[in-house]
Amino acid sequence: MLKKILAILLALTMVGMALAGCGPTGGPSEVRIGVNAELTGGIPVVGASCKNAATMAVNEVNDAGGLEVGGTKYKVTLFVQDNEDKAESSAAVAQKLITQNNVLALVGANASRNAIPAAAIAEDAKVPMISPWSTNPKTTEAKKYVFRACFIDPFQGRVVAKFAMDQLKAKKAAVLYDVASEYNKGIAEFFKKTFEEAGGQVVSFETYTTGDKDFSSQLTKIKNAGPDVLFLPNYYSEVPLQVQQAHKLGLTIPVVGSDSWGSEELIKLGGKDMEGLFFSTHYAPDIAAPVAKKFIDGYKAKYGSTPDDVAALTYDSFGLLFQAIKSAGKLDRQAVRDALAKIPSYEGVTGKMQFKEGSGDPIKSAVILQIKEGKFTYFSTAAP
Amino acid sequence: MPQPVTTLVQQTLNALQVGSVYALIALGYTMVYGILTMINFAHGDIFMVSTYLGFFAAAWLLGLALNMPLLVIFLSTLLLAMIGTATLAVIIERVAYKPLRQAPRISAVITALGVGIFLENFTLAVIGPEPRTIPPLFPLVNLNLSGVFVSTIQIVIIGVSVIVMIILDTIVRRSMTGMAMRAISFDKTIVPLMGVPVDRIISATFALGSAIAAVGGILYGMAYQLDPYMGIRIGWWAFISAVVGGIGNIRGAMIGGYILGFVEIFTPVFLPSSTYRDFVAFSLLLLLLVFRPTGILGRPIVQKV
Repeated sequence: MLKKILAILLALTMVGMALAGCGPTGGPSEVRIGVNAELTGGIPVVGASCKNAATMAVNEVNDAGGLEVGGTKYKVTLFVQDNEDKAESSAAVAQKLITQNNVLALVGANASRNAIPAAAIAEDAKVPMISPWSTNPKTTEAKKYVFRACFIDPFQGRVVAKFAMDQLKAKKAAVLYDVASEYNKGIAEFFKKTFEEAGGQVVSFETYTTGDKDFSSQLTKIKNAGPDVLFLPNYYSEVPLQVQQAHKLGLTIPVVGSDSWGSEELIKLGGKDMEGLFFSTHYAPDIAAPVAKKFIDGYKAKYGSTPDDVAALTYDSFGLLFQAIKSAGKLDRQAVRDALAKIPSYEGVTGKMQFKEGSGDPIKSAVILQIKEGKFTYFSTAAP
Repeated sequence: MPQPVTTLVQQTLNALQVGSVYALIALGYTMVYGILTMINFAHGDIFMVSTYLGFFAAAWLLGLALNMPLLVIFLSTLLLAMIGTATLAVIIERVAYKPLRQAPRISAVITALGVGIFLENFTLAVIGPEPRTIPPLFPLVNLNLSGVFVSTIQIVIIGVSVIVMIILDTIVRRSMTGMAMRAISFDKTIVPLMGVPVDRIISATFALGSAIAAVGGILYGMAYQLDPYMGIRIGWWAFISAVVGGIGNIRGAMIGGYILGFVEIFTPVFLPSSTYRDFVAFSLLLLLLVFRPTGILGRPIVQKV
């Protein structure tokens, strides 16, 4: 009996010690930020850009001596975790960063299919989270702790629909989208709604499932419907295949896309088939403002490539977060959340932004880029 | 041609293209099952590795700039990838499956799944997750035959697949090795007593099955993209093809592959969304298992007493 009691006591002490070891003892000595990124899986460039820009943002602050919060300078520590571009892993990563790494705030996930489950975890744990790149409204909907650094899809869908009608003079549109991915499905529906409201006609609304590589059946159907423009709101790794297969089937109408196109990998994979196509996105590196110029040059020097939209938005997410932590004046999740919601106006790499009253969505403008001679080239701006 | 006819011809061509790849991979499943009554679930991932071997072989040969005609490069790429993949499969068989030959069949199946996961993650770690395409090794031209669009890649995929299948069929039916394969799959206890070198024939089966998958892999890699997880979905569809055709039966696997190709292409034509594809494919599998468990061409299982 005595032995048993002793054993239980010993076990309890060990658990207690283990818990004390990872919990905050007497106030944190560093600012811990978690990054939930798509390092492997279907869209690895997104994860790599996010990680690169996060590392760069944090290094800049640490090189300047750290982040000044309430009179003391704290070092910023980054915890980068791979969510494998899977919804369930993304939720697990968010959970791990919050409970095990005890982070002050989360940045990411990026793709909406991963950001939505992660957002639910952050909201429940009352940890501020900023998604750099998730444009689906559901990510921040009815949440107090979740923010984003990008515009949302109802706006983007409207921008693309308007562009197709006004610039390309399209009256009949076709859409091919991934029905198993939140982002693709959301923006396809917003596009259809605005295109039809503006008097256009969506003659073909075709779907596929994440991981499909053959789209010939759907593209043949689309071709028969005789559209003037094809909208492909899909990720950069899939779009080149879709465009190439469309061309092989003799479907040569203009193709438009959305911000999920914004990686240079798109051109590498698609080659000359991508020439002349348009897409909407967050910023245009070739007409950068001074703030953006500094970031682009720094990124190029460090990683040897032009930062894509994910990199720019991740950098802005960190900018927003650092400003919020500074004005909160203490390393407290609730205080940081409140400060983030109150940021009056932030001038970032991707332009001016400000959170809408009572929401985590910023008001900002979109740009249309065209692929010209293998480069993303600025075409026009759409104001919010 | 009127539009419904061109559409039908176009979609049939699309289905033949996809079906050819499924058929080539299904052959590997069916041959291994025929000889070992074991489902080699790593086969989809062996197919994936073969596309990467093809990718590197093509890049290397093109990089040498020997001014070889493209046809020579294409054939050498095929050969290199086939040899590499066959070697890999034989090593896998020796290291992972042979020690389990006397163990319950479920052990071998679980091992095969493990080998598949190993191959996926090894490729992911060594090569990285970025999608890639095998550079075209023949001129890519789109032909417009009065409304039906045929690309050279489509012709090559269908043509090469059919040639490979005819060669395989001849090997299995006419050569000594083929006869030994059929003998082992007919009776595993008596045939070794007749002096047939079982281990060597099993290795030859793995080598042949994966070399054919490598042909499929290169054709696929030129038409689509490669990534470390590509083998999973294609592997499943090829496996269903093999079962539908009658697992263990080589001609059955070819027919099954084309049936699944038609399922993939014609599901979105008749049903509102392509999401029904897996539903249709797996329903087909279930129905067949209920009403004709041996598949279309499979022999009924006779319990020997």
